[in-house]
Amino acid sequence: MHFTTIFKAALLTIGLSTAPVIGSSAQAQDWSDIEQKARGQTVYWNAWGGDGAVNSYIRWVGDRISADYGITLEHVKLDDTANAVRKVLAEKSAGRDDGGSVDLIWINGENFKAMKDQGLLYGPVTDKLPNYALIDTQANPAVELDFTIPTDGLESPWGQAKLVFIYDSATLQEPPKSMMALQAYALAHPGRVTYPAPPQFLGSTFLKQALYELVQDRDALLQPAGDNYAAVTAPLWAYLDTIRPALWREGRDYPDGDDALIRLLDEGAVDFALSFQPGRASSAIAQGLLPDTARTFVLDQGTIGNTHYVAIPYNAAHKEGAMVLANFLLSPEAQAHKQDPDVWGDMTVLTMDKLTPDARALFDVLPLGIATLSPAELGTTLPEPHPSWMTRIENTWLERYGS
Amino acid sequence: MAVDVAPPWAPAGWWRQMINIRWAPPLTLLIFLGPVGAGLIGTLLPAFGYFPALGGDHLTLAPWRALARYPGVETAALRSLVTGLTAAGLSVALVLSFIAAFHGTVWFQRARAILAPLLSIPHAAMAMGLAFLLAPSGWILRLLSPWATGFDRPPDIALAPDPYGWSLVLALVIKEVPFLFLMTLGALGQVQAEKSMRIAQSLGYSGMTGWLKTVLPQLYGQICLPIYAVLAFSVSVVDVALILTVTPSPTLGVLILRWASDPDLSLQFVAAAGACIQCLLVLIAIGLWVMGERLVARLGLAWIRRGSRLAPTGAGPLAMLGMVTAAGLGISGLLGLAIWSLTQRWRFPDALPSAWSLDNWGRNFDRVAEPLGTTLWLGLAAAGLALILVILCLEAEQRTGHRPTSRALWLLYLPLIVPQIAFLFGAQVLMVVAGLDGHWTGLVWAHLLFVLPYIFLSLSEPYRALDPRYGRTAACLGASPWRVFLQVKMPMLLRPILIAFAVGFAVSVGEYLPTVFAGAGRLTTLTTETVALSGGGDRRLIGTLVVLQGALPLLLFAFAAAAPFLIHRAAFVRKKSL
Repeated sequence: MHFTTIFKAALLTIGLSTAPVIGSSAQAQDWSDIEQKARGQTVYWNAWGGDGAVNSYIRWVGDRISADYGITLEHVKLDDTANAVRKVLAEKSAGRDDGGSVDLIWINGENFKAMKDQGLLYGPVTDKLPNYALIDTQANPAVELDFTIPTDGLESPWGQAKLVFIYDSATLQEPPKSMMALQAYALAHPGRVTYPAPPQFLGSTFLKQALYELVQDRDALLQPAGDNYAAVTAPLWAYLDTIRPALWREGRDYPDGDDALIRLLDEGAVDFALSFQPGRASSAIAQGLLPDTARTFVLDQGTIGNTHYVAIPYNAAHKEGAMVLANFLLSPEAQAHKQDPDVWGDMTVLTMDKLTPDARALFDVLPLGIATLSPAELGTTLPEPHPSWMTRIENTWLERYGS
Repeated sequence: MAVDVAPPWAPAGWWRQMINIRWAPPLTLLIFLGPVGAGLIGTLLPAFGYFPALGGDHLTLAPWRALARYPGVETAALRSLVTGLTAAGLSVALVLSFIAAFHGTVWFQRARAILAPLLSIPHAAMAMGLAFLLAPSGWILRLLSPWATGFDRPPDIALAPDPYGWSLVLALVIKEVPFLFLMTLGALGQVQAEKSMRIAQSLGYSGMTGWLKTVLPQLYGQICLPIYAVLAFSVSVVDVALILTVTPSPTLGVLILRWASDPDLSLQFVAAAGACIQCLLVLIAIGLWVMGERLVARLGLAWIRRGSRLAPTGAGPLAMLGMVTAAGLGISGLLGLAIWSLTQRWRFPDALPSAWSLDNWGRNFDRVAEPLGTTLWLGLAAAGLALILVILCLEAEQRTGHRPTSRALWLLYLPLIVPQIAFLFGAQVLMVVAGLDGHWTGLVWAHLLFVLPYIFLSLSEPYRALDPRYGRTAACLGASPWRVFLQVKMPMLLRPILIAFAVGFAVSVGEYLPTVFAGAGRLTTLTTETVALSGGGDRRLIGTLVVLQGALPLLLFAFAAAAPFLIHRAAFVRKKSL
């Protein structure tokens, strides 16, 4: 009994001494208040539940925050994050301005923009989270730009995604390393290249990736699309017009997402799959969904990457519990566990330079999967264009190529 | 003096006054239809721009303009109409010509034995089976490749799902044929089929011609409501269409669901307007069908008057071929997915898995356990509640002597004819206001709407057919109406009651849209999980889900068939040992 108390006290002291020197003692005081209030709360975390690996990771998080902070985590498994957005909206319209049923949402991009625009988020919160100091926002400003929309502290970063291509090295020696090379490959091998149909996000990302390579002025993509839309996107439509007849199903049908692409690649129907998870090929091999000859590649000029976040609705019933959870998700322990390819394989948002040597060691020992590229091999990360580009490109795509 | 000896569990005294059974039918209709009407209003208002939560506080036609501008919306609506009419037309033609040709033969009983279990398989499960069978990397091509076709990669052709909606039509026919067949069978008991056939045959008409000329005209009025339900369902179906249409060529129902779940919240208005159009489409489809009915009736009358005794050549074998194809495709698709549930690795073009494994069941337990639990309690609760309401209504009908008119039957069919998406969209808004969305009560109610009509259809005939003299005899011996109900009618009707319960449970297992809307993405069932995986998910997991989806209702039907026998035998053994 005594031992544990002393042990905890010792841990606390170490924790304080190594804690990043960010805020004043008042902030630390605030945080311990928050932790105090959070104890005993049940946090309803609305998070997409379509992936077994992610779900078990969230269960692990639940066990940990229950043990450390006395918080009960309920994972509300969504098949679509927009459902949680609608839920909060419906509560607002029904006048339920506190005691809302959603405490935390796994979110980014359009859903974040919708919630921010409608004033459905609580915050800013990131300045209250001690672990937020482990992210160097000076060196990596992209973390505070969600699809170019400033996060304004209304959402806390959780992980990073990056577009990668997957191929089978048993049937293909040299994969094409640029969008033009991919077009040439498609024309030479009709029916063996495809991408998911927008507005599926991976399909939209494929279009944006092509746009990046074809556009004259990349900076234009970081501003809202305006009168320049037609001129800027003209090369993209020319590219798609050329490649379309050579696509799988002659471009009259498109797969639903990365699961469907991986199945098509496994069946031999197409030669490339796309994924937003750099470790996806390795995990698919482990699950028996791809042959062990599957490998990953990226394009020479870099590929699009983005950050995913957690956010607290304005009317959340358990805001303190949600903040403690968000802070725990940013801890080196939780981030390293998440990056383990055997657990999930999602890239960390922490800046390695900001970590203590012990914390950094947690990341250094992680194995790379058989088909996963090292951080250096993953190459340049291109930022997401402003969401207005995505909306308009999706519409034009539907007009040109949707039935 | 007759002493009213009520069993201890029967309601007594003032309590009996309170729950006057005469209130059961109107109360049921209120629980049942009130929210449908409210839901329709909840859809209509946003369609005209009124949705205060989203800043829509005045009436406007903007949602309709946005709907008209949306790319491909007209073709999607047309696709819904054409596939729905084709599927319903084919199903009706197949069932009627099969019954006409094989009425009273051994094939009739065989068809019943094969089709009845197929009826209990959820639409989504059947559609997934068909998709695996017909896909370019599907089982049929796996069996034929590469030795017959030369394919060592799946051919690049859209077979299922396909852009024209043919696989959608096929899946609907496979599911509607068992329903229409069993409904027609029930209706045959109400017309004087045997007598008419004997007279027709004595006048020299062949079996099929005699049936079409004498039985069908009497029968059709009895089955037109189920046919309209099938038609409305086929025009507005969403789950099967999600599985079997290609992404760029959706049906209107699929488009509405896409808008309703789009992160861009302004599309909620478009979804509401689309849901109104979906209602209109169903009305158009029924209108066209009724015109078709009139035309066929006029031509048929002329055909009957001509007095030709000749049988339509080839119609019998053709109907048999259609029936065998439909049932065969349905069964082999399910078999293929059952094999997937036991597969470790099964690449194209292997005819069977190269590595088998029971791992899927353990590895996916996590993914399956929660939806399985929800499916079970939801089905049992919705079917149980609906069963109680239906039995009370039927009992009230017998005590008051009022049989529902045909107009009242229309009310019963209303939730089956009004497109689900049209009132579920609005009902969801209401549920949010009541704080019931994503809550189990809202979900049970949403299922009750679709479960209740089927339970009523299944139970009303046996209930009305029970010889009233049993009840009268018991009453003469001094039993109260409640005692007659509990100790005479219930035991005698145990089997049909259990079967009605199983029917209701099977309907609940198969529901997709009510679960999606009322469950608010928080409560998922085996069916919503299966549809979520349709885009290209792991076929091993799909196989596991589909096997469970099919097994649950079948187990309940087996229980319904066996339980009365076991209970009676136990009672018999007990008496014998006394």
